[in-house]
Parts: sequence; C-alpha cells; structure tokens
Amino acid sequence: MAILSKDEAQTILKKVLSCSTADECEATLSGNVGGNVRSARNTISTAGASENVALAVQSRFGKRSGTATCNEFDDATLRRCVQRAEEIARLAPESPEYMPLLGPQQYLDGSRSFVPATAAIDPDYRARQIGASMALCDARKLSSAAFLDDSHGFIAKRNSKGLEAYQQVSNITFSVTVRTPDGTGSGYASGDYVDASKFDAARFTKIAADKAASSVKARAIEPGKYTVILEPNALVSNVDTSLLGALMGSLDARNADEGRSFLSKKGGGNRKGEKLFDERVTIYSDPLNPEIANVTFSGDGRPQQRTTWIEKGVVKNLYSSRFWAQKAGIPDLPGPNGWIMEGGTQSTADLIKGTAKGILVTRLWYIRPVDPQTLLFTGLTRDGTFYIENGQIKFPVKNFRFNESPVIMLNNLEAIGKPVRLNGNLVPPLKIRDFTFTSLSDAV
Amino acid sequence: MKRRDFVGLTGLATGALFLPSLPGFGHTPVDPARLLEPGADVIVKKRLADAALNAAKAAGASYADVRIGRSLNQYVFTREKQVQNIVSTESYGVGIRVLVGGCWGFASTSVVTEANLAATAREAVSIAKANKLVLKEPVQLAPQQGYGEVSWKTPIQQSAFEVPIKQKVELLLAANAAALDAGANYINSALFQVNEQKYFASTDGSYIDQDIHRLWPTFNATAVDTKSGKFRSRESLSAPVGLGYEYLTPSAAEQVRGPQGTDTVGYKLRYDMLADAALAGKQAKAKLSMKSVTPGKYDLVLDPGHLGLTIHESVGHPTELDRVLGYEANFAGTSFATLEWKAKNLPYGSKAVNIVADKLQPGSVGNVGYDDEGVKTREWDLIKEGKLVNYQKIRDQAHIVGQKESDGCAYAQSWEDVQFQRMPNVSLRPGTAKMSPDEMVKGVDKGIYIAGAGSFSIDQQRFNFQFGGQLFFAIEKGKITEPLEDVAYQSNTQEFWGACQGSCDASDYRLFGTFFDGKGQPAQVSSVSHGSATTRFNGVNVINTARKV
Repeated sequence: MAILSKDEAQTILKKVLSCSTADECEATLSGNVGGNVRSARNTISTAGASENVALAVQSRFGKRSGTATCNEFDDATLRRCVQRAEEIARLAPESPEYMPLLGPQQYLDGSRSFVPATAAIDPDYRARQIGASMALCDARKLSSAAFLDDSHGFIAKRNSKGLEAYQQVSNITFSVTVRTPDGTGSGYASGDYVDASKFDAARFTKIAADKAASSVKARAIEPGKYTVILEPNALVSNVDTSLLGALMGSLDARNADEGRSFLSKKGGGNRKGEKLFDERVTIYSDPLNPEIANVTFSGDGRPQQRTTWIEKGVVKNLYSSRFWAQKAGIPDLPGPNGWIMEGGTQSTADLIKGTAKGILVTRLWYIRPVDPQTLLFTGLTRDGTFYIENGQIKFPVKNFRFNESPVIMLNNLEAIGKPVRLNGNLVPPLKIRDFTFTSLSDAV
Repeated sequence: MKRRDFVGLTGLATGALFLPSLPGFGHTPVDPARLLEPGADVIVKKRLADAALNAAKAAGASYADVRIGRSLNQYVFTREKQVQNIVSTESYGVGIRVLVGGCWGFASTSVVTEANLAATAREAVSIAKANKLVLKEPVQLAPQQGYGEVSWKTPIQQSAFEVPIKQKVELLLAANAAALDAGANYINSALFQVNEQKYFASTDGSYIDQDIHRLWPTFNATAVDTKSGKFRSRESLSAPVGLGYEYLTPSAAEQVRGPQGTDTVGYKLRYDMLADAALAGKQAKAKLSMKSVTPGKYDLVLDPGHLGLTIHESVGHPTELDRVLGYEANFAGTSFATLEWKAKNLPYGSKAVNIVADKLQPGSVGNVGYDDEGVKTREWDLIKEGKLVNYQKIRDQAHIVGQKESDGCAYAQSWEDVQFQRMPNVSLRPGTAKMSPDEMVKGVDKGIYIAGAGSFSIDQQRFNFQFGGQLFFAIEKGKITEPLEDVAYQSNTQEFWGACQGSCDASDYRLFGTFFDGKGQPAQVSSVSHGSATTRFNGVNVINTARKV
C-alpha cells in the first residue's frame, strides 16, 4: 500500500476532489517505505523498518482554509476526511496572506529521482553492507560506528484548479566514524545516492579508517587565522547545521526585505544583484541533474526549475512564499530541493599539493549561529584535522573551534575543487584563506 | 515538519538544542476536536499488546516489549497581528522490540489490529535474525520486575487541548501587540502543546498506561534600525514545562527579579507571557545601541534560564553512558568522562557542584512515572561535591558499570521509533546558604551577568564550548553598570565547573528546558528540563563576536 503508482494515486485523489463542496480543494497523497541499521563498537546496536501512507486534504471557502488527513482509503473515510477539512475551513479566521490555489503547472520531465535497486533493499542487504564495514575495521583493529538508512516513496497532488503532480523518489545514506582503540585517532566519511547500486559501505569505511589511523598523536598549534582546505563534509552535513547549508537557507526574500538578514540593505530593500562573494562562486539548482535528481515540484505545487542563486559572486535570485513574491513584485521561486556549487576539476589531494601552509579539515561539527546580522557561525573541526606544509600533509593537529561567516569565507576563496554529491547537493572542496579559529579543543 | 521549516516559519531558534529535524512534530494533521477524544480503552490495548508479545515469543524472542502510542500535538503560530498557522496532529500506532539470540530487532506499524501486530512482531524477529549474522556483543538485559497493570498521569490542572483555540490565539496576538507597542518591529510567537498517551507492555509482565502532558509558549521579538541596517532580537524567557494551561496564569509569587539594574524577570511554574513580551520589545530595541564587550576574563553570574543550557551540554550529555561507551560516536560523539576517567576520581568541578538526575521533578518536561522500558523512574546523584559518581543508563547498559538495574532513562519520540537511552532532567542543586542574585552581584568586582539562552556549541567529547545569551550586563565593583552586546564565553567543561563559586538559594531556583534535544540515528528528539539557581563562575574567557560582512 505504501507505494502507489501514478494511476492508483490519481484515482484516489480524483475521488477525494469529487467529494468536495468547497470553493477550492487540494489533496496530497504520500507514501514511504524505509529501513535502517546502526552499528557501534563494531557490532550492530539497532535496526528497524517502517512504512506509512497518508492523505492530506485542504479545503477553502474564500480566504478561509482547513486541512484534514486520513490514512485509510475506502470511500466513506475519504468523504469524512473532506467533510472534516471543510468544517475546519468554515471555522478558521480569514488569512490576510491568502493566495488562490495554483492551476495546471508544467513540471520538468525526466528527473531520475527513483531507482528500483534502492527500493529492493531488504534487512539482509543492510546487514551485509554494515557487516562489510565492520569487518574492514576488525581487520585493521579499529573501532567503527556507522548508520545506513534507505527509503523509497512517492508524492502525488491534485487540486480543483486542475493542478496534477506525481513523482517517486528513492535514497540511501551512509555515514561512518572510525576510531583507534586508544581513542587518540578518529576519521569520518559519508555519502548518499538515489541509486543504491552505486553504494559500497566498505569504500567509505576505508576512507574513514585511513583518516583515523593517520590522525593519532595530534599536535596542538595556536589558534588564529589559517588557510584551510574544507572537504565537502566540512561544508555540508546531513546531520547538522552547515556553513553552505546556512548560506543557502538565508536566501529568503521576505527576511531580507524586512531588514532581518545579512541580505538586507541599509535604508530598506535587499541586496539582490550585488556582488557579495568571490567571482568564482556560482550556485544553482537543477532537479534534472542526474546525480542529485529530486522532486520537480515544491510542497505548494510550484514547479522546481533550474535556477541560478549566486552567479560569479552576484546574488541573482531569492526564494519566497507566493504571497511575498506577489507583494514584492519578484519572481515566484520556491526554495530549491538540493543545489550545485560549481567547481573545478581538482580533487582534495590536488588542493593539498598546491598549498604551502594550511590545515585540512575533514568535518565541522555543532555549528550554530552566533550573529544573524553577519551570518556568523561557531563550531569545531572533527574526525581528521591535519597540518599541510609544502603541498603535503605533515602531521595531525588538535581540533579547533571556529567563529566564521560563510559570507566572509566565500570572499576569501583561494581555490575550488571538483564537486561531489553530499546530502542531496553537489559540493566542491574549498580552499579558504584567513579562516578564523578562536580556540583549541582536546576532543578526538 | 522539518526543523528548518519550523525555524523558518516562526523565527524561533532557542530550545532547538541540536537536531536538524522535528520528527516528533511531524505527525498527521487532524481536526482539533479529535484531540479531545479518548484513546483506546486499556482493555483493548492489553489485548493488542498480548497479541504482539505472544507472536514474538512464538517466533523465538527471548524478550519483547510493545508500545502502543497516541501522540497528540497542537501548535499555534502567529506573527505580528496575524495567525500564521494552527496545526493539530495525531499519530497512533505500535512499536515492537524483540530480543532474539542477544540481538535487537524493531518494527512498527500504524495498522493497529491483533493480526497485524502479530505480523509486525514477526517482522521485528526476522530483522533481529538477519542481524545475528554480524553480531559480536550479545545484549545483556538487566532484570526488571513486572508491575502488572498500573497507570500514571502528569499532574496538570487544565489540559491545554481543552482550551479553545480562539483563547490561545488571543493570548499570542496580545503578546505580539505588547512587544510591538514596546519597540519591536516584528515578532513571531508560538504555543506548543503535547500529549503523549503511552501504553507499554512487556514479557516481564508490565502493562503500564501513561498520560503525559507538556506545554511551551515562546516568541522571538526583533527590532530593526532601517537607517543603519542593524537588527537585534530578544527571545522569550519562558521554559517548556510539564504542566497544563495553568502555566499561563501569571502569579507574582512565581516571578523572580534579576539583579538590580538589569530589568530582567525570570519565571518559575507560572509564566506571564504578556509582561515578558512587553519587556522583550523594549529590550530588543535597546539592543540596537548597546556597548560592544571588551574581550577578556570575567566573573560570570549566570541566571537559570541561561545556565540550564550549559548544564545540558557540559554535564547532561557527557554523563550518558551510551555516549561514554561509543554508541553515539558516529553522530553526537563520545565523552571525556569515560569509565577510566571516572575510575581515577578526577574532579568534574569545584566542591560547590552538586548535580542530580531525576525524572520525578514536578513541572519538568522529563517527569514521567515509568520509562519506555517499563522501569519506574527515580532520582540519583551524578556529581557530588565536584566528583562524578554515576552515569545515566538503561537496561542493556547497567551490567557494564556493575549495576543490577536500569536508571529508567529509555525514551522513544513516538511509537514509530525504537527506544534508547535519553537524558533525564539534570539539575544543579541550589546553594544551602541564603543568597539572592543581588547579593551575588555585590561580591563581583569585574563580571558579566547573562540572562536567557543564546548561541551554543560544544565539541564531540564535551570539552570545548561556547555560549551566548539573550541579555548581558557589565558588573563593576559589585554593581550592574551597563548593558553589553557581542558577548560569548568559551571554556573547557572541567575548567568551567572548577571555577564554580556557588549558587543562590532555593528561592531563586528555576527550570530551563527544551522539547527538541536530539540524539541517535535515525535522530530522535526528547524533552528535558534543567534546574538551577543563579550561579557564579570566576575567570571565564569572554570573546567579542562582532564582525563585518
């Protein structure tokens, strides 16, 4: 039941709309099937499976709206669900930010967001993959902790204005931290794919194991401003706030227009069109990119298009709600489902070779906002921090706390490497000068 | 709802301690009236639970537990003069955990019939069997007595779900108006209401029915100086509580004034949202023209609404035994407070530091009668006179530290998720000698008083941390002199608690808390409170966070 075909889903949605007496009605049906396995100390700690399917009905009378849901799909239940949404809508206050439902939309075709190999994953597959990861660490007398999570599902929409949408998605995510038995070395690697046939837990585990083994006996060096090479895991995270994620999350037009964003302009308005970053910084979204294929419509039914957010350092577009877009007279853009930062062809190893003195950062951690005015964040390095001299890694160094803004960081750009997929985005390693470390941490 | 959506919607960040998502709040929206309907009768739940337990045993499980959960949430979001959203959600289903040959398996379902629960139990068994192939450390479960059929309910006076939505909306809009009138340009406010109806049954012979309530009113007021482009915010000084709607009935007896010259008010078990919002509007505007701090060493006087977050990060998390052992190594990290570290009897802090773990404290959000493994809850010492004396544990960890029973720290955010070790309320005991915040400030020569929780970050072994706050005031020669901005303090956990000079007495004791403490993979949120009185720390490193972009 959890995964319905396009025809099955639209049949249910048509039935829902046929029950409606509201001025406007929109129904959204979604289903998901997933499983996971978690290990620590080279043994499995937990494993589970889940599945769910749900229908949400939004009914509107004038500027009043109500939503109800159900997860049973017989005619009587569907009718009751619609009736309940209409009852709530009649009782709701009018919304001053009401926008009529969207009519038929043209969505991009050809997004490869679903792969059967991912949907075919079972508990044995998960046990085999995590088993291979643990075996590699056993053989090297290292200790691993890892998490493998897979899911596949669908989302379908239909409304009384003629909007119709359907798409299937699949995803597999893996992360692993490997530590030396004496607790003095630690390494990390992670990755995610739409297509599970590309996934190999042992490959990621080897990267983390190599980092762990080479990060023992870390030396303390003074905090201060350093040239750093930030690996993709240090720029985007699937478990934490991140510097580039925070930057992309701040491209909201309303916040900027209201004066409460680093994109707000003195005297009013926003800084769209201004060059705020190094000219080598270009970030765009594209739901058809095969490596980060994603849903081609947003939650409110707007099409996801290829959109340039930052081009050659200039802020090109801001996203907004439909209400704010209309009020401000700006393009009606939803926030992206994944983004791509353009880069070059160099690997992280190439960036290291071209560095006279610097610090390689595997991962940043516990990143939290300090000042929204300047987009200043604090956090720490973790799981593999190394000193570079004359193009070579010389020795591991103790972890640092940083206080830095991605705005400043992207103005201090020295070099950009080749982007890799991470948390549904394409992210290059970056070489940054004058990155601000404010204190040392003894944590390994 | 993902956490980023929540933050984007409300502009509220405080209390979202850690986690990037809010799965506990992502349940299916429903008609608000349905939240008043009673759940299934305990007789029905017992029959369903027995169907699952029997199926698990028949399939080969040596132990099984069943959690039949009904989670009811309602959140009201407003900004300025309008309602942004009212969301009522209900989630109902069953999670089944089994132990087969020393290996855990877990499965959940929203189809609550005897036949499907039996099938789900068999699925959990099959998952455990699949993982047995790579198991190396069989689970050792501490024995647990069965309690038979028992029940527990949060002691509330008025369920927030029974209060008409109109009344709640009017309260939030009145708070918004108070902040706007006092100088704020924008305000987002929210009221979170939670009811967890939990039925737990296990092969030990327990059938435990619990009705748990939590409430959190909060806001974020922002003032903007368009000319300079500067903006500053002040968040609510409320705490999430394990109380009913009575928390929102103001009471002068439950208010605590901050030190003279700070114009701050803290709240115990009754919160005056309108007064706090008015003060927040005024203070947000005042923050547009405060003096930037000079970095250096200061004696810090920390109010309970601020110190609770520091306790959470630097004591609560490092004393979780699963983290100490390495089970969180791939996510939130490990802990400096290892078994070897503790065996050396190393000081965690000064002799003034006495920290207690408990799940019994009235008004706290961690207050429950039984945990999610069917263990009756209790109180115990974590740190006594500066020495770590115990950890937080669940049933499969107790034997590792030579304990014969669990501390009752298992929790799952919903029936869909497997239970694991979560933090109980962790609180700093107040001082035994009479002392007010004013008297504490009098003894400080060069210091800063900090109220309210702000930015927070700590490393993966809980050594190096940095905290901000909502309001900062300079202390010179025993007096509050002026407000400050751009303040954050950095320290190391042991150095910081070693610098603790003592706390005000119990009359100043208040709770800090959150609904959104995150941990585990897949990540789950849990609710936790931290109590303390105003406390002094000497010689802490303060940095200036001002930058230009």
